[in-house]
Amino acid sequence: MSDNQGPIWEVFVQKKAGQPFVHCGSLHAFDKEMALQNARDLYTRRQEGCALWVVKSSEIVASSPEDIGPFFEPSNDKVYRHPTFYQIPDAIGHM
Amino acid sequence: MNNELFKYTLRLGDTNLILGQRLSEWTGHGPFLEEDLALTNITLDIMGAAKAFLEYAAKIEGKGRTEDDLAFFRNDREFYNALIVELPNGDYAKTIMRQALVDTFDLYFYQELVKSKDETLAGIAQKSIKEVTYHLRHSSSWVERFGDGTEDSHEKIQSALNELWRYTNDMFEMTEVDEVLIKAGIAVDLNLIKTKWEKHIDELLAKSTLKKPENAFMQSGSRKAIHTEHLAYILSEMQTLPRMLPDAKW
Amino acid sequence: MENKQFEDVFEAKLAKNEMIEPKDWMPDNYRKHLIRQISQHAHSEIVGMLPEGNWITRAPSLRAKVVLLAKVQDEGGHGLYLYTAAETLGTGRDELLEALHTGKAKYSSIFNYPTLTWADIGAVGWLVDGAAIMNQVMLQRTSYGPYARAMVRICKEESFHQRQGYEIMCHLSFGTAEQKAMAQDALNRWWFPTMMMFGPPDSESPNSENALKWRIKRESNDQLRQRFVNQTVQQVEYLGLTVPDPKLKWNEEKKGYDFSEPNWVEFKNVISGNGPCNKERLAARNQAHKNGEWVRAAAQAFAKKRAQKIAA
Repeated sequence: MSDNQGPIWEVFVQKKAGQPFVHCGSLHAFDKEMALQNARDLYTRRQEGCALWVVKSSEIVASSPEDIGPFFEPSNDKVYRHPTFYQIPDAIGHM
Repeated sequence: MNNELFKYTLRLGDTNLILGQRLSEWTGHGPFLEEDLALTNITLDIMGAAKAFLEYAAKIEGKGRTEDDLAFFRNDREFYNALIVELPNGDYAKTIMRQALVDTFDLYFYQELVKSKDETLAGIAQKSIKEVTYHLRHSSSWVERFGDGTEDSHEKIQSALNELWRYTNDMFEMTEVDEVLIKAGIAVDLNLIKTKWEKHIDELLAKSTLKKPENAFMQSGSRKAIHTEHLAYILSEMQTLPRMLPDAKW
Repeated sequence: MENKQFEDVFEAKLAKNEMIEPKDWMPDNYRKHLIRQISQHAHSEIVGMLPEGNWITRAPSLRAKVVLLAKVQDEGGHGLYLYTAAETLGTGRDELLEALHTGKAKYSSIFNYPTLTWADIGAVGWLVDGAAIMNQVMLQRTSYGPYARAMVRICKEESFHQRQGYEIMCHLSFGTAEQKAMAQDALNRWWFPTMMMFGPPDSESPNSENALKWRIKRESNDQLRQRFVNQTVQQVEYLGLTVPDPKLKWNEEKKGYDFSEPNWVEFKNVISGNGPCNKERLAARNQAHKNGEWVRAAAQAFAKKRAQKIAA
């Protein structure tokens, strides 16, 4: 018989209220409740967080290494998106 | 009253200690890795409660003994843990069913104990409520999975329930110790929580497609420190090292 | 892109100390080597739970009991992080476990030695974890991203393990005469097996060259072994114990200790299945896996039923 360890889930932990959720690892679980409990038991044993997201790995859509060029390089020359691009008279000070 | 409070606190400490000892047998041998870690977390909470209660018992006794002296240098006829926690783990269904039965008891028990006039007991209860709420969530979700999983798992969890049921009443028995301490506003009236316990267990069993055993003869004895044959074996294993080298410090 | 181009990108990344990620192109033998190494590492953590777990129910104080529980649990967690890292290379956990259970995959030989007394729990934490940490610290900078990230987490958690072991050794060494004898006996039995953990001498280590090139490994077996001896001798002396090696001697010239080689014949024997506990360890893992089979089947069936209910 085939042995099943259950699907893989990705775990995201929020360290403190207000902070972003950060990916911290994966685990196996058979259902949502189990995934959530396992995430708690695995990834927050040392006060690492105050909130959790779990999502089935198969549900995640990821970019590919080949996408690096077309996805991310076009933003390199859009310096006008950054505040330092603009000249403000010294007299105005911080803006 | 000191003697009653000592015995009462021992009861709470011993029940947690022996349950923790039993559960710790699973560490490294769980049904799969994630669950192995999850159960060990629960074991650690329970051992923490055991330590807190025994520490307090030693203090009440006031004879200079420590929590370790109480754990490692008493004999089985001096242990007051509930019978249900000393039973062998059996398969995972039996371990889980025992957890669900005990977790439910503990949750309602601690919810009352937190109101105790004894501040230390109330304090331990306060901490334990949060832990046990999670334990119950864990054990209940597994009872449900087994009950409504495969035919095999259904049969296993049902027979676990059938085997364990006759040890459930022992948890609710009260003695003069309880009487004295209830009057003093320290102990929990176990009759009060029994109704809640029954209601919650009925709901869980219904959700899990399980049947409550009927007309089971109820075992008792823990309040008099009369145990099943299992406890003496647990203690001989647990206590071996401190008893072998009684002068040693660890 | 042609294969050659892919390979150039890969090599360039290695040269720039950049990480390789799961979806990146990688040479087949890099992938194979990683799967082998990471899963062996994971198996070692999981099998490593057994010799220490052996003393959980007999830990001599309540404090020692919870500490040991937490430690053995951590080993399980480390195994888990590593299995998930290995899985990013395309091999499922079921396959990895199958290889362990059938004896096809290897794990660290050290765990085929028995834990006979409580002092062994001290010695394992202090020496075995101490040796493991040296490997692990270096692996935090390994070239494969998921492996390196798992190692960062592991090293963070591992930091209490060696201290826990040494603390036990302190209690014993400064305790009663029986306790001290127990500590020395444990040191006698664990010293050379720990030396073996760094692997065969560099001259006979077949996998090392590629591993170094790919930054899967960053220091050689002999370098690590030397460093371990150098840092451990002082800890032994503090305990008032004796290293069970008559040849151990400070060598001013190399600023390190000279020491005896471990018995490599014994090493090969243990690796090939003839250690004192090989059979027991494998049997225990198989038993747990088999006992869990119906649990996993139930969870799977339950999840399927619930999913159907929601769909309906």
